[in-house]
Amino acid sequence: MAIGLEQETPLSADDFLDGVFKRNPVFVQVLGMCPVLAVSNTAINALAMGLATSFVLLMSNLVVSLIRGVVPKQVRIVTFILVIATFVTIVDYLIQAISLDLHKALGAFISLIVVNCLILGRAEAFASQNGVARSMLDALGMGCGFTLALLCLGGVREVLGAGSLFGARLFGDAYQEWVVMMLPPGGFFALAAWLLLINWFAQRKHQALESTT
Amino acid sequence: MSNLRQTARTSEHPGGSENHGAVRIYGVVLGVGVVCALAIVTVYEITRPIIQRNRIALRQRAILDILPGASTSRAFRFDAATQTIQPAQADAAESEVVFAGFDDEGQLVGLAIAAQGMGYQDVIRLLYAYSFAAEAVIGIRVLESRETPGLGDRIEKDANFLTNFEKLDVRLNQQGTELANRIEFVKAGEKQHPWQVDGITGATISTRAVAEMLSESTAAWIPAVHARQADFKFQGREAP
Repeated sequence: MAIGLEQETPLSADDFLDGVFKRNPVFVQVLGMCPVLAVSNTAINALAMGLATSFVLLMSNLVVSLIRGVVPKQVRIVTFILVIATFVTIVDYLIQAISLDLHKALGAFISLIVVNCLILGRAEAFASQNGVARSMLDALGMGCGFTLALLCLGGVREVLGAGSLFGARLFGDAYQEWVVMMLPPGGFFALAAWLLLINWFAQRKHQALESTT
Repeated sequence: MSNLRQTARTSEHPGGSENHGAVRIYGVVLGVGVVCALAIVTVYEITRPIIQRNRIALRQRAILDILPGASTSRAFRFDAATQTIQPAQADAAESEVVFAGFDDEGQLVGLAIAAQGMGYQDVIRLLYAYSFAAEAVIGIRVLESRETPGLGDRIEKDANFLTNFEKLDVRLNQQGTELANRIEFVKAGEKQHPWQVDGITGATISTRAVAEMLSESTAAWIPAVHARQADFKFQGREAP
């Protein structure tokens, strides 16, 4: 919520980079866990889900930022959800037009982008209080961060669970697939491992900083 | 949190502009709603023909895949009134047509028939190939399924399970009125007869669903089409 206060500050690279690293929606803010855990079973699914979410995030931030002056406070959430749902429906049709196989793989999770709290969160906390350019930069950053995090999960799960990456086989026939990594529990394992790793590094960096000062 | 407090404050002091506020609230929501609806309808109309084409292309690929040697296919339906096989309309419902595959010389290779049934998660839709010469199902292809990855989805990938459908007996009885033996589901490793389908341990519900939908579909279609092989003529338009 603090972001809303720095209203008229000029555009900076941080608007973008914050979303990717320092405030990564998955690894730092831990938002939108439902699609993160469910659709990160392969790298392709993760990438598609990340891009679909990023598109919705970008477009909804754009529109919300444009109409922020006219929407009365009492109905802003309704209006934002309406805008988000529209873009989700559009994405759903677009994915069906691009590839039915992909649509099949993502299943119900495309429609569920509507309730991804990351998107409503950015609309409410950022786009409704910032100009168009900054809002889009923020959406791009958050979208990249979300996609990157999904890819991290999807990559690990596909390599361990299916012995392949982006559909290309990595190991010989002797490789025994670790099927549990493709199943829902695998999502939790992979997320936990990544969070552990990232927090461990963050802590080490923090300690290193403290010891030098 | 700060927003909640703001909202509360606004409603405490509606002031003289209450009426104006209500009109504006309705106006904005309605306006945004109309624009959103228009956007959705536009995208739907633009993508609909492409999506339809994708669906048909997917099925077309599957038909030619499961009928070895087939290079084109045509849709046919069974006309109950005249008891004959007739060429079907391009947009006929999938459950009412069979697809006949022809090779380069226009010779009938076999039929591809769609079947569907409830799996573990959702409806499973598949195509199976019927060979007149072998009087057997000679292959299946799952078109749509949401079975559990790693378990139920082995109905699509498990090589052992798919050998069930390389020559699954569906010959007719002496009178040719119905199947001599309906397709039967048995537990993994218990297959004794050529009309039985061996399940997969750990995917019993999905494999049983496949066997049962095949059993129902073949019982309904094979007696109707087998004696009318000559009616599947290489003519008319390309199958949908």
